[in-house]
Amino acid sequence: MPQMNMVQAINDALRQEMRRNDRVVILGEDVGKVGGVFRVTQQLFDEFGEDRVIDTPLSEGGIIGCAIGMALYGLVPIPEIQFADFIWPAYDQIVNELAKIRYRSGGDHTAKMVIRAPVGGGIRGGHYHSQHPEAQFIHVAGLKVVCPSSPSDAKGLLTAAIRDPDPVLFLEPKRIYRAAKGDVPEGDYALPLGVASIVRSGSDVTVLAYGAMLYEAVDAATKAAAQGVEAEVIDLRTLWPVDLDTIIGSVRKTGRLVVVHEAPRTCGFGAELSSLVTERVFYHLQAPPIRVTGFDTPFPYALEMDYLPLSNRILPALLRSMQAE
Amino acid sequence: MEGVNPKISRTLLDDGTLAPEYDPGLSWDELRFVYRHMVETRLLDERLTALQRQGRVGFHVGCLGEEAAILGSAFAMRPQDWIFPCYREFGAALMRGLPFQSFIDNMFGNDNDTVRGRQMPDHYTSRRAHWMSVSSPVGTQITQGVGFAWAARLRKEDLATLIYFGDGATSSNDFHSGMNFAGVFKAPSVLFCRNNGWAISVPTERQTASETFAQKGVAYGVPSVRVDGNDLFAVVFAVKSALARASAGGGPTLIEALTYRMGGHSTNDDPNAYRGSDALAAWVERDPLLRVRRYLERHGEWSERQEEELKQALLDRLRAAISIAEQAPRPRLESMFDDVYERRTWNLDEQRAELLARVDAAHGETPSHGAARGHGPVRRPSE
Repeated sequence: MPQMNMVQAINDALRQEMRRNDRVVILGEDVGKVGGVFRVTQQLFDEFGEDRVIDTPLSEGGIIGCAIGMALYGLVPIPEIQFADFIWPAYDQIVNELAKIRYRSGGDHTAKMVIRAPVGGGIRGGHYHSQHPEAQFIHVAGLKVVCPSSPSDAKGLLTAAIRDPDPVLFLEPKRIYRAAKGDVPEGDYALPLGVASIVRSGSDVTVLAYGAMLYEAVDAATKAAAQGVEAEVIDLRTLWPVDLDTIIGSVRKTGRLVVVHEAPRTCGFGAELSSLVTERVFYHLQAPPIRVTGFDTPFPYALEMDYLPLSNRILPALLRSMQAE
Repeated sequence: MEGVNPKISRTLLDDGTLAPEYDPGLSWDELRFVYRHMVETRLLDERLTALQRQGRVGFHVGCLGEEAAILGSAFAMRPQDWIFPCYREFGAALMRGLPFQSFIDNMFGNDNDTVRGRQMPDHYTSRRAHWMSVSSPVGTQITQGVGFAWAARLRKEDLATLIYFGDGATSSNDFHSGMNFAGVFKAPSVLFCRNNGWAISVPTERQTASETFAQKGVAYGVPSVRVDGNDLFAVVFAVKSALARASAGGGPTLIEALTYRMGGHSTNDDPNAYRGSDALAAWVERDPLLRVRRYLERHGEWSERQEEELKQALLDRLRAAISIAEQAPRPRLESMFDDVYERRTWNLDEQRAELLARVDAAHGETPSHGAARGHGPVRRPSE
């Protein structure tokens, strides 16, 4: 099995699906000849040509609006939003149109596509190149939201997203685009959406994480083990529909919950996860759920490593959870 | 590219003849076909407004005075072409094959409504009529219609889109993006702006400082024309010309059709609050139905008797359709959770069970404003 980083794995998934289905097209800013500002679409232009790997005018609303029209026609567009921070001009098209077309037309029309968007901080990008806006999309009826943390998951989940009948927002944690490396299956490889992965087993406390912060959670769990605390780390992988069974099964076992995400805390996905767990297994809980998240501030440039919920903030939360008897 | 000629193309002249340079060459049968649909549209507007006043339908957004612009433009398109509507174009949807009963069911939001009562009245859909689902935001269909046409071009299919929007939507982001993408990618699309003078209460001079809406096309490299939107012949000619260019690979056209919204924005609007009656009086003289009817009658191709018979037949059909629609049950409760995704996710399953359990506990009695609108009894969940 070849070793790939995240960029290579995503590129491989795109190439495989474009070869398999000639209705798959990529469009966005700089996705063509240059292969994207992160080079995720590199060399696809050479293989598939300008009609399938399309450099567009600089307009996220135009990209998504036109992609919806393409999808309504029967193509499978994969628009790239260069940074998730720039997705907001397309929010109306995503929320009111893309996510609602099946419902509002009684199933007469559908518009399936995968919107790819790099997310997250830790790359010295400041407020406009670091946001992690999953919550604003999970809240939208009709969308699915995916955020992989490993190259093989990125390939398998992107392949599944492209084949999925519903619109999927595919969030790519850019801090680990090249840092995360691993074996990636060759050829056709799909993983089911909606299935989480237990990346570290443990009996004391359940940690939910995804994207770049998964590695921070694993690091904190390793350090906690040195202090006698065995954390079970779950990589959610698909954020919506989330794999509730795996989460609940784990919390039943551990009785403790720590949720980690980069986005601001208030009304973040961690609030929903805490509620879902509390509503279902309240009497199994031995400690209040804890959220380790970004703060309710804009994303700060110079202080980003203090803003992010890194291992040094997750570890104390794990230990604190154990003390709350 | 040359600037846009601010001259408004007209075909049906005051002396009852047609200007040969803009004559689309309609046969008498074709002309009568469109005219019948214009009459149907006018009559439906009157009756649906009355039904709203009686509290029997919740809402109606009409097109009084804009029938030539709407019916003429849709008539000029081919069956394989697709329409991306704004929300005033029900007459064109019916002309293209939206089943009459289906439209009336949509007005009542009942269980037979193809959109299953999920949207306000006048927000129907019809794949059969190659008619995209209606949404309320005014400009979103512009980029979508451009993308659809662009996709067809990429697949080398001879297909164009007709995209409707009003003068107000030219202020939206989507108009700018749509025109820009259409120009760059030569999308085979006809961008049809119904300049009806008003965006609810805001007049055109508050939408733009441009002399015309058509001239906005120049900046995007999109050929643009202005046409008398109350002149059926001129509208058909302009759209057919634009369609021919699109089909030949020449890309998009922006058409500004000058017309007038003779009614309110919708049944929720009272235009007396913001405009005087003088302007309206001038447009009554230019009523698009009267102009076609006079032309037909002048040539002995239509009569008072035919007019009366047509209206009576339309009224009979409407009464029957309303009767069926009013007796239909409201949508099944469980349908609320369908079509969010292709298959229900676990949270929808859970919430659906929660709602149905509540209904079971209450013996099928749920609060329903549908019942007040004359809907049938609440249906018990089927499982």
